[in-house]
Amino acid sequence: MLNVKNLKAKIDGKEILKGLNIEVKPGEVHAIMGPNGSGKSTLSNVLAGRDNYDATDGTVMFEGKDLLTLLPEDRAREGIFLAFQYPVEIPGVSNLEFLKTSLECLHTYQKKPLLSAVEFMKLAREKCRLVDLDTGFLKRGVNEGFSGGEKKRNEIMQMLMLEPKLCLLDETDSGLDIDALKVVADGINQLRSPDRSFILITHYQRLLDYVQPDFVHVLADGKIIKSGGSELALELEEKGYSWLESGTEQSANPLKV
Amino acid sequence: MSESNVIDERINSSYDAGFITDVEMQTFDPGLNENVIRKISAKKNEPEYMLEWRLKAYKQWLEMERPEWAQVNYPEIDFEAIAYYSSPKSQDDAPKSLAEVDPELLRTYEKLGIPLHEQEMLAGVAVDIVFDSVSIITTFKEKLAESGVIFCSLSEAIIEHPELIKKYLGSVVPVKDNYYAALNCSVFSDGSFVYIPKGVRCPMELSTYFRINEMNTGQFERTLIIADEGSYVSYLEGCTAPSRDENQLHGAVVELVALEGAQIKYSTVQNWYPGDENGKGGIYNFVTKRGICHTNAKISWTQVETGSAITWKYPSVILMGDNSVGEFYSVALTRNAQQADTGTKMIHLGRNTRSTIISKGISAGKGSNTYRGLVNISPKAEGARNFTQCDSLLIGDKCAAHTFPYIVSKNPSAIVEHEATTSKVSEDQLFLCQQRGIDPEKAVSMIVNGFCKSVFKELPMEFAVEAGKLLEISLEGAVG
Repeated sequence: MLNVKNLKAKIDGKEILKGLNIEVKPGEVHAIMGPNGSGKSTLSNVLAGRDNYDATDGTVMFEGKDLLTLLPEDRAREGIFLAFQYPVEIPGVSNLEFLKTSLECLHTYQKKPLLSAVEFMKLAREKCRLVDLDTGFLKRGVNEGFSGGEKKRNEIMQMLMLEPKLCLLDETDSGLDIDALKVVADGINQLRSPDRSFILITHYQRLLDYVQPDFVHVLADGKIIKSGGSELALELEEKGYSWLESGTEQSANPLKV
Repeated sequence: MSESNVIDERINSSYDAGFITDVEMQTFDPGLNENVIRKISAKKNEPEYMLEWRLKAYKQWLEMERPEWAQVNYPEIDFEAIAYYSSPKSQDDAPKSLAEVDPELLRTYEKLGIPLHEQEMLAGVAVDIVFDSVSIITTFKEKLAESGVIFCSLSEAIIEHPELIKKYLGSVVPVKDNYYAALNCSVFSDGSFVYIPKGVRCPMELSTYFRINEMNTGQFERTLIIADEGSYVSYLEGCTAPSRDENQLHGAVVELVALEGAQIKYSTVQNWYPGDENGKGGIYNFVTKRGICHTNAKISWTQVETGSAITWKYPSVILMGDNSVGEFYSVALTRNAQQADTGTKMIHLGRNTRSTIISKGISAGKGSNTYRGLVNISPKAEGARNFTQCDSLLIGDKCAAHTFPYIVSKNPSAIVEHEATTSKVSEDQLFLCQQRGIDPEKAVSMIVNGFCKSVFKELPMEFAVEAGKLLEISLEGAVG
């Protein structure tokens, strides 16, 4: 599904990703862990096509398409979803209006029939219940006055609505209490299917207690320095990252920074 | 490419109403003097009282000075280069019905999306059509007359209803009120007149559609609305003009009189030609709008201002009667080189008078957007209340927003609140939308519509949709 080869990327002229490789097959759940500043969020932003995140080298193929040449909105329409670390507010634009516009854009591109207003409302209410949001929230402005937990649940709600092929979750678990964390995990587990993949970017093992990853990667100084099964996450939780980083080449040592 | 670069690159003008109607016109030679005023008055077969009023106003105007205080820049206007009267020749024998109106004129309004045939009209909307200096036709007149409502051109009212004209014309905006109002008093050509009798709820929406067509002419329309005791009326005006390189002057005066317990809801969708991306051409829109509220009356102004090279207008309410209510809801959009200096004045004279001001300014391109407002609480306005909210939204990094709120409170029991915010359509908001599959253009229009929602909900339903669409067209290409 996703094949990233030797990806290098810069922000404001500073190289953050320094030759990253990862392959994600349909149905797989990959967790990417790593210390602050290792490039985790940069990876998700580069994949989603955010302005000012310039890929300078390497290739990213998504379902046989060269992802880096696509506009951000077309990447979304191809089935890439990014759950934001800090979802922004759009005052005055209701969640309902936002979701409906989004879904229509996706379905038009994917040549799927558009939902009727009734079908759409039914779907939206159902997904709200799944993430434990009151349906009254649909009428509120996008993330307007939401608590941190509500914003994250809203991201998961959108993911459930849009049914993407590849879900990138950028530290969705950060700042959540245990109940909200379970809601987020439930959302992910519900969507897990043989033809849908996930990349969970996370700082902690916590989320992985509820979502069992197929692979765990450690990202440090813009490269993946170790990959393993879910047991690697536990090991990291116990030992931290430094034992891995001291083993990498001098040039890639983030502890010096 | 950064967000602002993309915005700059993609800002272009798309003005749907910019075409010219080819009909035979009779237009006065440019220039202004007593003779011209006599000719305008004669053209309209006005009674002597009106001519005298005009000539007096003209003398006063000559002694007045052009206002310089607004946050707008433009070259001095040459009042001798403007023609003060222009009308289609076919209007010489005033048409009595649509069948007699020049089909070319009717086609103009069809193109603008304003069907004039009564059976095709939006249900329950009567329209007065003003083309350059004359009112072409007013629809549903007979139907309205059944409930005693008078809806006609001002020229007709001057002849048919002199008692109302003598009593109310110039009663809210005095001749000497300001430079452009005085000019309007001397040369005004046409506009709409509305009278709603006591206790009558006007059975349909009334509206006037103003069109400037002829080159080098000024449009000086005048509207007078009188809502008698306990009556209600909702009125809407719309405006467009051809795309031309020359600037054209539009100097209107609107007066509203809400007698005891009456309510007037006045909505404007202003889409005069805004000029091109370099600021060439466009309408100078210098307008004086004011209403007076008697006891328990209410006047509500709602405006959506997307056009004009320069907008200079402050729809105001004099809250003379006790318990009267004034409201002002405004959306003003400036892009390219457009400049807007707009706001309101709420003059609290009576006890327990209340006013609400909601202003939303949007600037894109090199646009400059200014809110200027006055809340004045007089010593007798016991228990007066005002709430003001001014929000500015910036798109790109070359535009400007200014807020000049003046608050004068001379009564210690008054409560005046003012809130203001300035925000930007942020890169984060755009990216969130894009990441959900929404292209940036649609995203901007969605974000801007959300920003304006509290004003749009004040517009009559049919026009709220129109206003949203208009904003969308105006923002076309505002972002890439």
